Amino acid sequence: MTLLEARDLVVRLPVEDGVVHATQGVSFSVAAGEVFGIAGESGSGKSVLTQALTGLIRGAQVSGSVTFQGRNLLRLAARDLCGLRGSQIGMIFQDPLSSLHPFHTIGRQIAEVIHVHERVGGAEARRRVVAMLDRVGIADPDKRFDDYPHQFSGGMRQRVMIAMALVLNPPLVIADEPTTALDVTVQAQIISLLDEMRRERGTAIVLITHDLGLLSRIADRVMILYAGQRVEIAPSRSLFAQPAHPYTAALLRSSPGHHSPGGEIAPIPGRPPSLLVPSRACVFAPRCTEAMPICVARKPPLRLFDDGARALCWLEDGARAPAPRTPAGAPPPRPSRGGEAPILEAEGVRLSYPTGRLLGGRGRHEVLRGIDLALWRGETLGLVGESGSGKSTLAQVLAGLVPTTGGHVTFEGKRLDGLDSRGWTALRRQVQVVFQDPFGSLNPRRRVGAIIGDPFRIHGLAKGQARKAEVRGLMEMVGLDPEHYNRFPSEFSGGQRQRIGIARALALKPSLVILDEPVSALDVSIQAQILNLLRSLQRDLGLTYLFISHDLAVVRHVCDRIAVMRAGEIVELADTEDIHARPGHLYTRMLLGASHTAPIPAAVHTRRLVETTNEVAT
Amino acid sequence: MIRFLAGRLGFAALVLFCLSAFVFLLFFVAPGDPARMVAGDKATEAQLIQIRSNLGLDRPILVQYASFLSRAATGDLGFSYRNQQPVASLILNRIPATVSLVVGGTLLWLAIGIPIGVMSACHVGGLRDRIGQSFILIGLSFPTFVLGMMSLYLFYFLPRQAGFTLFPPGGYKPLLADPLVWAWHLVLPWTTLVLVTAAIYARLTRGQLLQVLGEDYIRTARAKGLSERVVVYRHALRATLTPLVTQLGADIALLLGGAIVIEQVYGLQGVGALAVQAVKNQDRPIIIGVVLLGGLFIVIANIAVDLLYVVLDPRLR
Repeated sequence: MTLLEARDLVVRLPVEDGVVHATQGVSFSVAAGEVFGIAGESGSGKSVLTQALTGLIRGAQVSGSVTFQGRNLLRLAARDLCGLRGSQIGMIFQDPLSSLHPFHTIGRQIAEVIHVHERVGGAEARRRVVAMLDRVGIADPDKRFDDYPHQFSGGMRQRVMIAMALVLNPPLVIADEPTTALDVTVQAQIISLLDEMRRERGTAIVLITHDLGLLSRIADRVMILYAGQRVEIAPSRSLFAQPAHPYTAALLRSSPGHHSPGGEIAPIPGRPPSLLVPSRACVFAPRCTEAMPICVARKPPLRLFDDGARALCWLEDGARAPAPRTPAGAPPPRPSRGGEAPILEAEGVRLSYPTGRLLGGRGRHEVLRGIDLALWRGETLGLVGESGSGKSTLAQVLAGLVPTTGGHVTFEGKRLDGLDSRGWTALRRQVQVVFQDPFGSLNPRRRVGAIIGDPFRIHGLAKGQARKAEVRGLMEMVGLDPEHYNRFPSEFSGGQRQRIGIARALALKPSLVILDEPVSALDVSIQAQILNLLRSLQRDLGLTYLFISHDLAVVRHVCDRIAVMRAGEIVELADTEDIHARPGHLYTRMLLGASHTAPIPAAVHTRRLVETTNEVAT
Repeated sequence: MIRFLAGRLGFAALVLFCLSAFVFLLFFVAPGDPARMVAGDKATEAQLIQIRSNLGLDRPILVQYASFLSRAATGDLGFSYRNQQPVASLILNRIPATVSLVVGGTLLWLAIGIPIGVMSACHVGGLRDRIGQSFILIGLSFPTFVLGMMSLYLFYFLPRQAGFTLFPPGGYKPLLADPLVWAWHLVLPWTTLVLVTAAIYARLTRGQLLQVLGEDYIRTARAKGLSERVVVYRHALRATLTPLVTQLGADIALLLGGAIVIEQVYGLQGVGALAVQAVKNQDRPIIIGVVLLGGLFIVIANIAVDLLYVVLDPRLR
């Protein structure tokens, strides 16, 4: 039974520069009780689409039709739409930290949903909220009813959000990246909770995510959006077995999990188009490896295949089968450690902060509890762990940015705590850090040339034309156009900004580069480009990497050895393949079990084209 | 909590101590002879010496300051040079007028400023926003005395010329004697104070609300099916209270220390008018008293604001 049906949905968002064509003629339907996945990279319009159809985007121009329970949502009066939101359509948002009101208790926030839609007394509402909290796995719900959001962990807050969305038992729940802000082990719990709720109550779930691995596990049908267009919609099984659209295929290919460790990943070249000008041809053609002349000339037709897949593409038999995973032959040569002294060594490193609280009470908060670690020249050591495990703090300690409160760090035979000021300057040249957020870590008011040239200026190494030449060389090396020397960071995309950060880090030819979640803020297709770049730079310049990440697939792909951190300790440290094949620690096993990669598409084509239409249909 | 409060109170005492020392020192180095002020131009040198000795002005500054502090601790701020009345009671007599002006004004400017800010923020870019913004611009641009003179002219002078009294030109009537007469005398001062200050609050509310309305939890509130009214007043406005309280604490404290311009324009016998008079007369004990009172209000307001933060923001508890 169809619960929600969107036909030819168009969403335009007026902005200062013109009109963003966020969604262009998207049609789909959601059946009662199914999990309908919507996937796409950032800016593909997946959040805008779902929020527009519930009227949550102010100022958006929405056309087309959205039928829900026999009514067109786009024609409803604001009052009637309010009546549906919360009671018939529940919504769960990405960031449970910012999506709950910080000044209201969670019980009150959930009870509010009941009070808006039903005439219920306070005690009855409370009873129902407590029962719901209990159901989503909040321990001691009656006591926690009066707690504020900041008193819960991220995963618990997401459970509160789920309780809020489900408390009135709506037939449809829209979950917008419900697990993206959470740690992998928590992600798995939240997803299985959602799945349980669906089975128990027959709730249909629209699951928006960029994580194809997640969708491959629980979605019944999947829609892939690119630049505001529905490039493919198919039953989950056929989509992951043999993607019909080249974009879907490329997305699956660019996942590091599909490549043998150390090999080149197949990235999607280029970047998504601007949405200010609607495309007159195929939106994906400029990045498509299978593009034909007609692709850039005319809008693609809709192809329907016998396995139920529909793709907006000129190819008559779907995308080329992705290259099978390169056979795991001889592993890439591992840097030898025989006899050589490690470049960096940490012995019993401890770090604790005094915790002076407003209302009295003093203690020390231990962030690092005795870390032993050694890094050999030319290797990549992965550091994985969940948020709060102390990964980033350890990185700062190793880079000498934060002094230890116990133990010591040795870099190239010299102890960091015994360095004089000249030794510090030398250390700063040898150890560089690339930070996670390419948007927040570049000064927006300085030109890119100046940012990359900073290390030369600070260390007084090259001046004037010489510095400029160096910077241009670096830009070339990381794949930036040296002509963009005078641009500002805001004129670059996320991936390009991360290249700027890498160029700056490499300026002084360091021997050790600490990469703190270097690709976490990037989309998969861009992520693959950066990972390949890091790999080739390491090969060419003989760099040593400390690679911090929460993404096990990425870490497995780039690292020689992996250290698993938990609560300020390294619980396991071993060669990458050993850890994956024989995880020793229980926690490592938990992390591995919780991460998942989309299945590798089959190499053989079995599908047949059934129909080609030019009109947009469901 | 008690430690926190004790710390804040200790700090407040320190601030007042430093303030008193500073003001005392300021008058010691400032030119002018207080004895001459008290005695008048015709006084003989012998009389002046006598007066200095009476007032204790012939003693070293540290001794003078110490005796001032020890008396101030018991609430005795000395005597006016001009008419020998105790400073403490002179100031106390002026407090009702100032408090009436400030408390009534505060309630009115909040009642006007916040809704205008909300209206502006909820219809940003639209006609209602432009009306709100014009109100803000006008209120912020007018100096208080111009607005005061204008309203005196429009609501007192013109009606008087036409032969009737719409509002009195000023003066303070005690609240307890007749509340209506009290309020009637305060209408024009209130209006002037409120027009100027409400604009500040409208602007602050608008800015804060615009920021909060973009927050994720506001989207959550809308997704729950709440009406826009509830979203704005229960969820968004609640989150803007902290900056509003900060501003309010500072404004009330400053005005309680003397709403100088408005009290002058409307002849209100308040603390501000007393301060102006004392400065004209070089009446040091009164000036020191008024400055300390202003300082006291400010430290009290700061402590109150800090406590309110904890009440308003559960994350600080």
